[in-house]
Amino acid sequence: MTLSTSNTPVRIDSPGRRIVKQFIEDPVAVVGLVLFVLVALIAVAAPWIAPQNPYDLAQLDIMDSSLAPGESNFMTGQIYWLGTDQQGRDMLSAIMYGLRISLLVASISLGLAITIGTIVGVAAAYFGGRLDSFVMRVVDLQLSFPAILIALILLALLGRGVDKVILALVIVQWAYYARTVRSSAIVERRKDYIDAARCLALSDRRIMFRHLLPNCLPPLIVVATVQIAQAIALEATLSFLGVGVPITEPSLGLLIANGYDYLLSGVYWISLFPGIALVVTIVAINLVGDRLRDVLNPRLQK
Amino acid sequence: MIVYLVRRLGQSILAIIAMAVLVFAGVYFIGNPVDVLINPEATQAEILATTQRLGLDKPLYEQFGIFIWNALHGDLGTSFVYGRPALEIILERLPATMELAVVALILSVGIGIPLGIWAGLRPNSLSGKTIMGGSILGFSLPNFWQGMLLILIFAVLLGWLPAGGRGETRAFLGMQVSFLTWDGLSHLLLPAINLALFKMSLIIRLTRANTREVCLQDYVKFARAKGLAGRRIVLVHVLKNIMIPVVTIIGLELGSMIAFAIVTETVFAWPGMGKLLIDSINLLDRPVIVAYLMLTVLIIVSINLMVDVIYSLLDPRIRLSEMKG
Amino acid sequence: MKANRLSLAVGLLVAGMAPVAAQELSIGLKSEATSMDPQFHNLATNTQVNKNIFESLTTQSSVQKITPGLAESWEAVDDTTWRFKLRQGVKFHNGSDFTARDVIYSFCRVPLVQNSPSSYTIYTGDIADMEAEDDHTLLIRTVDKNPLLPVNLWPLAIVSADALGAEDTVTYGPEGTCEGMGEVPQAPAFNDPDIAVGTGPYKLENYTRGAELVLSRFDDYWGGTPDWERVVMRPITSNGPRVAALLAGDVDMIESPPIQDISRIDDAGFNIVDALSNRVIYLHLQQLADAPGIGGTDGKNPLMDKRVREAISLSINRDAIAERIMGGYAEPAGELLPPPMFGTSGRAVDPYDPERAKELLAEAGYPDGFTLNLGTPNDRYINDEQVAQAVAQMMARIGINTTVDATTASQFFSRRNALEFPIYMAGWGAASGEMSSPLKALVATFDADTGMGATNAGRYSNPEMDKVLIEAMSTIDEGQRDELLQKAETIALDDYGIIPLHYEQTVWAMKPELTYEPRMDQYTMAREVKPTTTE
Repeated sequence: MTLSTSNTPVRIDSPGRRIVKQFIEDPVAVVGLVLFVLVALIAVAAPWIAPQNPYDLAQLDIMDSSLAPGESNFMTGQIYWLGTDQQGRDMLSAIMYGLRISLLVASISLGLAITIGTIVGVAAAYFGGRLDSFVMRVVDLQLSFPAILIALILLALLGRGVDKVILALVIVQWAYYARTVRSSAIVERRKDYIDAARCLALSDRRIMFRHLLPNCLPPLIVVATVQIAQAIALEATLSFLGVGVPITEPSLGLLIANGYDYLLSGVYWISLFPGIALVVTIVAINLVGDRLRDVLNPRLQK
Repeated sequence: MIVYLVRRLGQSILAIIAMAVLVFAGVYFIGNPVDVLINPEATQAEILATTQRLGLDKPLYEQFGIFIWNALHGDLGTSFVYGRPALEIILERLPATMELAVVALILSVGIGIPLGIWAGLRPNSLSGKTIMGGSILGFSLPNFWQGMLLILIFAVLLGWLPAGGRGETRAFLGMQVSFLTWDGLSHLLLPAINLALFKMSLIIRLTRANTREVCLQDYVKFARAKGLAGRRIVLVHVLKNIMIPVVTIIGLELGSMIAFAIVTETVFAWPGMGKLLIDSINLLDRPVIVAYLMLTVLIIVSINLMVDVIYSLLDPRIRLSEMKG
Repeated sequence: MKANRLSLAVGLLVAGMAPVAAQELSIGLKSEATSMDPQFHNLATNTQVNKNIFESLTTQSSVQKITPGLAESWEAVDDTTWRFKLRQGVKFHNGSDFTARDVIYSFCRVPLVQNSPSSYTIYTGDIADMEAEDDHTLLIRTVDKNPLLPVNLWPLAIVSADALGAEDTVTYGPEGTCEGMGEVPQAPAFNDPDIAVGTGPYKLENYTRGAELVLSRFDDYWGGTPDWERVVMRPITSNGPRVAALLAGDVDMIESPPIQDISRIDDAGFNIVDALSNRVIYLHLQQLADAPGIGGTDGKNPLMDKRVREAISLSINRDAIAERIMGGYAEPAGELLPPPMFGTSGRAVDPYDPERAKELLAEAGYPDGFTLNLGTPNDRYINDEQVAQAVAQMMARIGINTTVDATTASQFFSRRNALEFPIYMAGWGAASGEMSSPLKALVATFDADTGMGATNAGRYSNPEMDKVLIEAMSTIDEGQRDELLQKAETIALDDYGIIPLHYEQTVWAMKPELTYEPRMDQYTMAREVKPTTTE
């Protein structure tokens, strides 16, 4: 309801360029973007740059367990820059791989949730009537329940697993996108260019996705940046509560949860470093999202 | 308005039933609670006898039928673990959770709104940017991690506040509450802050965004041009205009606070119903899980309803019958 | 904190006036009792709490020796009849005298407790008849020869027949057919201190579920004045907060501090006590041809081959697990119960020999190993999930590529009982403190009719072992029984029917002014916590 619905005339100069220009005016946002790109690169390249494959049990040795940062493996001399956990897992590698799992879970669920939410939202706005009111009832009903409660119950029923976490995240997130897309699509639908497209006897699908959808993108992007940060935090919380990803393939949240028991005992690195990685990732995304919101909000442009 | 309320209520009942079916069937498929509750020394015959005693040997549809029949008579089942009515067990825990959620809400609103307005009026000042930066951090730190850091700093390193538990309680309006004694209050503070930080950040961001939008409205510019004092503009116009979205958020967030209390209660060993839910999931205590969800849904639905009513009081232009619900 | 300081100040004041210790003891427990009814839920969590309020005919010492409790002495009259001499002059909290009627009422009530998630009938089911020769002499007849009767009486709490509304004469009948019981109060009624009446050193004062249980001293306790004026027990289920509560002074003592925090607690000047427990952590291997979760063997179950089972045992570096994962608070296990407990043989721990393990695998026809799914709970035993991962790591070294399937105990036990794991890790604490307990439950051939092998979810079966065990279980002579149990255990372990990993060590941490004699059964009993200074 805070979304802008004003009828600013469509600008002639490339909106992409304007957005980029405005975005880089804020140095904090640029730092956020750089951090995020860095984090994403590490996650993608983890299998090639990590010193160890933390998921291969044969590469671990419990004789190396709980080593402090900077200590080294007495057999190979490999240095553990961020220490090791109880299993002798190199924390640096574990964080890289954990980042990978966290981002993978978040982005796959994001992609699926956006796709489902967008299709439902655009269709509801375009066709209106009973379909619209039915969809919006479901959306409102679902959004009135806290995401964490729904996800917790779902995962308690489904059990652990990356696929199951993704499923739960999609289920709790699609409604946000459906609502966002619908509310901006309903405004766009009343505009002349849609009528024009109808007069040209273009197919419904073509009008919806070629004409209606692109104009709903700005708010969708803003919601998506907020939601992806939420998804990462939610996955971490679920893993902390013991219903997330499996123990042998820890995400950042599970690494923190594993180290949580050691936090008071001076073995801080098991929990602290993944915690920092998680916070940096989420803060970076939120910084970018914040700036995007300002840039994409036409009312704040003067 | 009556039509609207009836329709709204009907939907909520549907939601509750859907939830009950899902959870009932789901817990049934996870496992047999007897496996975890029974003494390991028990023989096969005793395991079977216990399963029968708890009615768990019957087919799913029959168990569900019995549950629905009893629920219609106001009985949500007897806890497998405690042998007492599930609802009674949850209601015992309700005051602790509600107290925590309400105190956290007061904290987040009481601190969040002034900070948000401040940051909205001075978006480019150092203080404004600091507030926003802080809110991003509060927004980004996962709840459980934040709680552990709070314990580490305030309970272990500084020793100012207790690390967990509820402390001394007093009877107040028929409920046991903590905030009337110093001991109770000191136990309440850390978990309440933990629960409040995230919502506070949300409210700061929301208030700031709204303040900025309102400041750009013509009537505020006009008021300014008329030479009204800055403070008056803020108080009268801005506050009035951000009230509606803030009330909505508060309403919605109270529900989500009850849910997020699950995490806070786990970290701080706070004896509320969130903690009870986690324990019950671990013990497959199905009657308690189902009753918890039904009660929570009921609470959330009633809060939403109340928000809508307040909404229409705050802004007469909005008529309830027009709202999609 | 403030209240705590205050109570300390008050305590000092009172201590100055009266030499008797008048302080309050507060304990942080890792789990909460589910009911105050001592006959409702047969579970260690409940037992350790209700043993402060209620007592039994026999008592188990901290090293699981059976000693007199409310019964001063007992003798086996013949193979199925026992005579118990009850203690005289024992009072219940409500002032009534303890007599044979209370014992008969208590045993009668066991099958009448409704909705029990785990009934105490596993101890009373064998009792055919009870007869009071006089107020303080009791005859108990069992259905079969049962050398373990005195052991089985220890979990059976004696409640007050008067407080629960029994008639003047109570007559025993098996399986809930007693007469003169009156209206039997159910578990929820026990939140009322007038119903939860026992003979123990502490009285129930107040029970707030999820928050605290308050006990107060019973001045007329037969065993002398109890040490504490008030005892407060608080469930603090998360490890970190429990430790923090001790360090911050909110509680005086905690059970099971996480191993990694012990040195820190020690450094802070607290008193740490620990002892070997009766709990063995073991691996069980499925012995059915169509075992699930095994890959790379063309559908065969390699675990049916004794050489493979031996290879798995040899691949495990038990010392490393005890040192690294358990922080030294565990002892490598060679048996199902730590020696010198009853029925143990002192068998040596299997050596760590990965080379020999690889050879054995090759001999068995699996030179390249295979893949396996290892099931484990993640919230049941000390560092269970970590131990399972370490085991998987070591098995991977000899070519058995192992994935760890860790779930909460609730799901784990259900899935284990449905035989979903080809190999699983679990623990067994022998409540009776002797060898027949683990052998009967874990190794004996699964048979629902006789109750043998109830927890044998690997379905290991060895008729030779079964025969020796059954003989042992009906032998009243202690020496002979000991020998038979040793023989049965050796047969099973020689065949690698079960692979013991380690015995857990139980740890308690408390203020330096307190001492606690560590118990093998892992119970935290407030009545046994003593102040160090007695002046």
